[in-house]
Amino acid sequence: MTRHVLGDTAVMLDRSIKHVTRSLDTIITVTIMPIAFLLLFRFVFGGAIQADTDNYTNYLMPGILLIAIASGISYTGFRLFMDMKSGIFERFHSMPIARSSVLWGHVLTSLVSNAISVAVIIGVGVVIGFRSSAGLLAWLAVAGVLTLFTLALTWLAVIPGLTASTPDGASAFSYPLVFLPFVSSAFVPTATMPGPLRAFAENQPVTAIVDAIRALFGQQPVGNDIWLALAWCSAILVVAYAFAMAAYRRRIA
Amino acid sequence: MATASPAIRVNGLRKSYQKRSVLRGVDFEVARGSIFALLGSNGAGKTTVVRILSTLLRPDAGTASVHGFDVGSEPLRVRESISLTGQFAAVDEILTGRENLIMVGRLRRLGDPRGTADDLLDRFGLADAGGRRVGSYSGGMRRRLDIAMSLIGDPPVIFLDEPTTGLDPEGRIEVWHEIRKLARGGTTVLLTTQYLEEAEKLADRIAILHEGTIIVSGTLAELRKLLPPARVEHVEQQPTLEEVFLSVVGKQA
Ligand SMILES: Nc1ncnc2c1ncn2[C@@H]1O[C@H](COP(=O)(O)OP(=O)(O)O)[C@@H](O)[C@H]1O
Ligand SMILES: [Mg+2]
Repeated sequence: MTRHVLGDTAVMLDRSIKHVTRSLDTIITVTIMPIAFLLLFRFVFGGAIQADTDNYTNYLMPGILLIAIASGISYTGFRLFMDMKSGIFERFHSMPIARSSVLWGHVLTSLVSNAISVAVIIGVGVVIGFRSSAGLLAWLAVAGVLTLFTLALTWLAVIPGLTASTPDGASAFSYPLVFLPFVSSAFVPTATMPGPLRAFAENQPVTAIVDAIRALFGQQPVGNDIWLALAWCSAILVVAYAFAMAAYRRRIA
Repeated sequence: MATASPAIRVNGLRKSYQKRSVLRGVDFEVARGSIFALLGSNGAGKTTVVRILSTLLRPDAGTASVHGFDVGSEPLRVRESISLTGQFAAVDEILTGRENLIMVGRLRRLGDPRGTADDLLDRFGLADAGGRRVGSYSGGMRRRLDIAMSLIGDPPVIFLDEPTTGLDPEGRIEVWHEIRKLARGGTTVLLTTQYLEEAEKLADRIAILHEGTIIVSGTLAELRKLLPPARVEHVEQQPTLEEVFLSVVGKQA
């Protein structure tokens, strides 16, 4: 059966990746907003923001990447919803395949398409002055954190994908996620924020993840941030996965 | 599993959605290699029966077996024995027709999914359209592709849920032709339909699902005998299935 899981997941991944590569406009849609924020903060607000840094592009990069992922995963919800609606989800489930491959195909596709978006945005960042002295190990650590973050949010996206009644409902849940970085250390130091806002900003996952990635890019000691970031991502992943599987079981006998 | 045993056996099937009781004790059997039509108006519960038989939905009570396997306790065996063509063509719009067929062939672990795909495209008059995305297909072409996808792997039992709804007369005749060919090849076909003519033309046996139970079943000749004899004398031709249907569901013809 394990061989079937891998083989069937490969077929599902192949299918779902074709959906991404044949509508490359979704990659553009996903990357255009974060790139716009990047340019806006770098060139319009950047001069006025006191972020205590000599390279504000470097400062911005982690938060921008998280915004890209938070909006990118909404397509997983959308594609899953379309599969439910078109009946192909039921067709797969009536076939002698490893049923788990149906969801995993979508989840792995999300990892691939978000990795592409992240690469595109880092490319744009380099053009406008992003520089990192990070070595291979630090880059791998950044990739690992971003992958875990994507995986956690993707399983979160599976829930509306399985339960929504309209395509908008299947993807709209990502809007609040996209705005979380604005109330974090992603654009300005949290020390500048008023009390309650600051308390929220300093204790929400985006701040820990942003600080960890920023430290890795800057060859700084990551301290506790990396563990806090990993703990947040793992916790979101476990909870989202549990709710997604519960929603899944409700949809299918 | 004796060869003489029925291909499908349904006993006392019950299913409610929330408070609405849709199936209230459904019983029927389908002989191997025959075409069985489950006839009922919109909302009668035909799709519910098909979804239970294809292991997509659990009944509240009752048993069902397909190809000798119980749908509740041996769902994987059932899935190995069946193919489902749902009420709405479950095809991938972004893939081409050929890619859809190859995908199903790979999931069914065929030796030569490409060769099988090309054969089926030919057989269903889709050879020229095989390289085009399904999104550009007409309703009839989608339905044909949908049915072709169900034939991959030669399952002994095929469920066709309203296979000709939404097709033009020409498309309908083509699909009928394919269904007859399947039965001649020894495949058991359970089809649901709202069209009396379709049941009349195709089916070896017909069962009428009404208000949660099978109110009558038998061959067309047997169903005709159900009409009060006085009525038969008044009509010049044989009574149509439509007259039988309206008479047994208690409406005025
Ligand atoms: N998932 C569901 N939740 C609630 N009601 C449903 C659901 N699926 C079907 N029904 C209801 O059950 C009845 C039978 O549906 P269905 O089996 O699709 O009938 P048919 O295929 O004969 O048209 C309909 O009234 C339909 O509205
Ligand atoms: Mg139906």
